[in-house]
Amino acid sequence: MIRRLALALLCIGLFAAPAARAVTPDEVLDDPALEQRARGISAGLRCLVCQNQSIDDSDADLARDLRVLVRERIEAGDTDQQVIDFVVSRYGEFVLLKPRLNARTVLLWSAPFVLLLAGGAFVFLASRRKRPAEVAKLTDEERAALDELLKRDQTSQH
Amino acid sequence: MVEIGHFALVLALALGLVQMTVPLIGARLRDERMMAVAGPVTLAGFVFTALSFAILTMAYARSDFSLQNVWENSHSLKPMLYKITGVWGNHEGSMLLWVFILTFFGALVAIFGRNLPTTLRATVLAVQGSVGVAFFLFILITSNPFTRLSPAPVEGRDLNPILQDIGLAIHPPLLYLGYVGFSVSFAFSVAALIEGRIDAAWARWVRPWTLVAWVFLTGGIAMGSYWAYYELGWGGFWFWDPVENASFMPWLAGTALLHSAIVMEKRSALKIWTLLLAILTFSLSLLGTFLVRSGVLTSVHAFAADPSRGVFILCILMLFIGGSLALFALRASSLTQGGLFQPISREGALVLNNLFLTTATATVFIGTLYPLLVEALSGDKISVGPPFFNLTFIPLMVPLLVLVPFGPLLAWKRGDALAAAQRLMFAFAAALAAVLVTAFLIDGSSAIAALGVGLAIWLMIGALTDLAVKAGLGNVEPSVAWRRFIGLPRSVFGTALAHLGLGLTVLGLVGAICFGTESVLTMKPEQITELSGKRVRFDNVVPVQGPNYNDERAHFSLLGPAGEVRREIWSSRRFYPVRQMNTTEAGIATLGFSQLYISIGETTESGLVVRLWWKPFVTLIWGGGLVMMAGGTLSLLDRRLRVGAPARRSRKGAVKPAVEAA
Repeated sequence: MIRRLALALLCIGLFAAPAARAVTPDEVLDDPALEQRARGISAGLRCLVCQNQSIDDSDADLARDLRVLVRERIEAGDTDQQVIDFVVSRYGEFVLLKPRLNARTVLLWSAPFVLLLAGGAFVFLASRRKRPAEVAKLTDEERAALDELLKRDQTSQH
Repeated sequence: MVEIGHFALVLALALGLVQMTVPLIGARLRDERMMAVAGPVTLAGFVFTALSFAILTMAYARSDFSLQNVWENSHSLKPMLYKITGVWGNHEGSMLLWVFILTFFGALVAIFGRNLPTTLRATVLAVQGSVGVAFFLFILITSNPFTRLSPAPVEGRDLNPILQDIGLAIHPPLLYLGYVGFSVSFAFSVAALIEGRIDAAWARWVRPWTLVAWVFLTGGIAMGSYWAYYELGWGGFWFWDPVENASFMPWLAGTALLHSAIVMEKRSALKIWTLLLAILTFSLSLLGTFLVRSGVLTSVHAFAADPSRGVFILCILMLFIGGSLALFALRASSLTQGGLFQPISREGALVLNNLFLTTATATVFIGTLYPLLVEALSGDKISVGPPFFNLTFIPLMVPLLVLVPFGPLLAWKRGDALAAAQRLMFAFAAALAAVLVTAFLIDGSSAIAALGVGLAIWLMIGALTDLAVKAGLGNVEPSVAWRRFIGLPRSVFGTALAHLGLGLTVLGLVGAICFGTESVLTMKPEQITELSGKRVRFDNVVPVQGPNYNDERAHFSLLGPAGEVRREIWSSRRFYPVRQMNTTEAGIATLGFSQLYISIGETTESGLVVRLWWKPFVTLIWGGGLVMMAGGTLSLLDRRLRVGAPARRSRKGAVKPAVEAA
C-alpha cells in the first residue's frame, strides 16, 4: 500500500512522504535512555519498501521488524555503531540514509565544500582582477551625435 | 464537447508553432509585420489553452466517465470542490495546467510588454512559444487527457484520498505558477543571448517577473509543507524527499536570481551572471518536472521499464537546458559587463548571498541525483537522506543567515562594514540576550537550540534595524523619522519584511525541532495524559459517515488547570471504500504560535493508540513564508516597477542619472 501511495503521489507531482504511523506503544523500551538511542538509530535507517522514509516514520511491516531488531540489539548491549553495522551487514548500504564516506561517495560528501571554496576563490580573484580602466574613445560620429543630443536637452530645459 | 477541448489543444499547438517561428524570423529580418504577429498569436494560444482546460474541468464537474482521465481520477459522489481540483490531481491534467499557466504568462508578457523594444518582445514571445510547443507535443503524444473510453464506465475510480484535501487543491497551482513563472526570465535571457545585447528594458523586466514567480513558489512550497504536516499524520513538515527537493532547488536558485537581479537593475553589474542564473533557475524547474513525471526517482530501472514519457521529457530537458547553455557559452562573452564595485559594498554582499545560495542549490542537486548516478553507473543502490542534507545544507545556510542583516545596511559601490556593524549593535545585543535567556530556560542542555533562537532574533531585529536606520531613527526628530519611515520606498519595506519572514521561519524550525516533545501511548476513554504541561483527556470515538468516506473520529479535550475543558480536539482515521485506503486527519489545537498535534492509530485491546506532539512555534515556519510572500508582493508594488521605462525617461530623464550617480 505504501508503495502505491508513494507512486500515486509521484504521479501527481507533489511532494510528500506517504501516510505514516511509526512507532507503536508495544515496541517502546522501558528504559527511556535506551529508547532514545533506538529512536536516534531508527531515524537514520531507511525503510526498504518505502519511498525515502526512515523506519522511525514508517508503518510498513518491514520497518516494524527493523525497529524491533534495533531495540533487541540495543537491549543485548550493542553500541550504536554495532547496531548499525549489524543492520548494514543484513540489508546492505542502501539502508543507510546517511551514506558512508568511501571512494564511491567521496564526491557527494566533498562537493558542497569544494564548490563553496571554488566559488569563493573565483569571486575573490575576480574582485582583485584589474578591470580595464580605459573606456573606448568615442568615434567622431558618436561625438557629433552626443553633442546634438546635449544641445537638444539644454534647449528643452530652458 | 470534449472533442472541442481536444481540438483547442491541437490548435494551441499550431499557434505555438507560429509563435516560435514567425516573430523570431521577423526579429532577424527587422520585419515589423512578422514581429507584430507575436502578440495576437500568443493571446490566441492562451485563449485556446484556457478553453481546453475549462472543458476538461467541465468533464470532471459533470463526471463524464467516457473520458479515461476522469474515470481514473474521479467519482460521482466526490464533493464538487475535489471534482474540480481532481483535474490537476493526476499526470495528464497537471501537465495541462502546466501549459495553461505557461500560456498565461506568455499572454501577460504580450499585454504588459507593449513598451518593450519590438525585437526583444518578439524574441521573448518566440522563446516562450517554443517551450509551449514542446509541452503541447508532450501532452498530445504521451499524456492526452482527452482520451475516450468506449463503452463509458458507470462509475469512476475516485481520486487518491490523500489528495482530497483543500491544501492539495491550492498547492499545485501555486507551485506551477512559481515553476512556470521563471519561464519569463528564462525567455528574456535567451532572447538577450539571441539578440546579443542586454539593454535597460531587459534589466527592468527580469526582476519583477522573477519576483512574481518567487512569491508563488514560496507560497506553493509553504502550502505543500503544511499539507504534509497535517495530512500525513506524524507532524513532519520537511522530509528532504526528492520530490520536495525538486521544488526547493528552483526556489533556492530563484532567491539567488532575485538578489543578483537587484544588482543588475540598480548598478548594471553582474549582468552575465544574472542571465546564467535565470537560465539555471528555469532549468531546475524543468528538471523538477522531469524528476517527478518520469518515475526516475523510484528507480533508474523503473524508468527504463516504461520510458515513453520520461524519455520525452528528458529530450525536452536536454533541448532547452543544453540549447540555452550552449547559446550562453557562445554569446556571453560578447555581452558587456558594467558597474564596478568594491568587495565591501551592497553588490559585494549580494555576490556573497549568491555564492552561498548557489552552493546550497548545487548541494541539494547533487544529493538528490547522486543515488541515481551511482545506480546507473554501478547498479548498486545507495540512499541519500535527511542526515546528509542536514549536515551539508545547514552549515551552508548559517553563515548566510548571519550575514543577511548586513546586506541592506551597506552602501552601493563602497560600503562601510564597521558602520553597518555599529548600527547592528542593538540587534546583536538582542540576539545575545535571546541566547542567554534560552540557555538559562533549558538549563544549557542544547547549545544549538540556544544559538538557533539567537540567530532567528538576529535576523528579525536586523531586518527592523534596516527600516529604523533608513528612517533616521535616533538621528532626527521622531516626527521627521516617522515621515521618512512612511515615505520609504515599498521595496525597502519588501526587503525588510522578507528578511523578517526568514527570521520567523528559522524561529519556527528551531522551536519545533529543538523544543518539540512527543508521546506515544494507548489510551482508554476518560484517561488523561500530560505532555509538556498540557493535560489532554481522551473522551470517546464516534463513527461519522462522510460523502465518500467513513470516519472513525476520536474526541479529545485539552484541560485547563482546574480540569475545565479549554479546547476540544477531533482527530480521525478516514476510510475511503472505493480505493480501500486509510488517511489520517490529525487533530490540531493552535495555542498562540504553538500547536498540540494528535493523531490516532489502531484500536487495540489495551485501548486506542494515540500519538501526541507538542510543537512550540511551529506555525511560524509557514507564517514566516507568508510574511516573505507579503514582502515580495510589497516590493512588486514599488513605484519604479509601476512606472514604465520610456515614460519615465521622457519625463525626468535629465534628472535621473544625476541622482543615481550621487
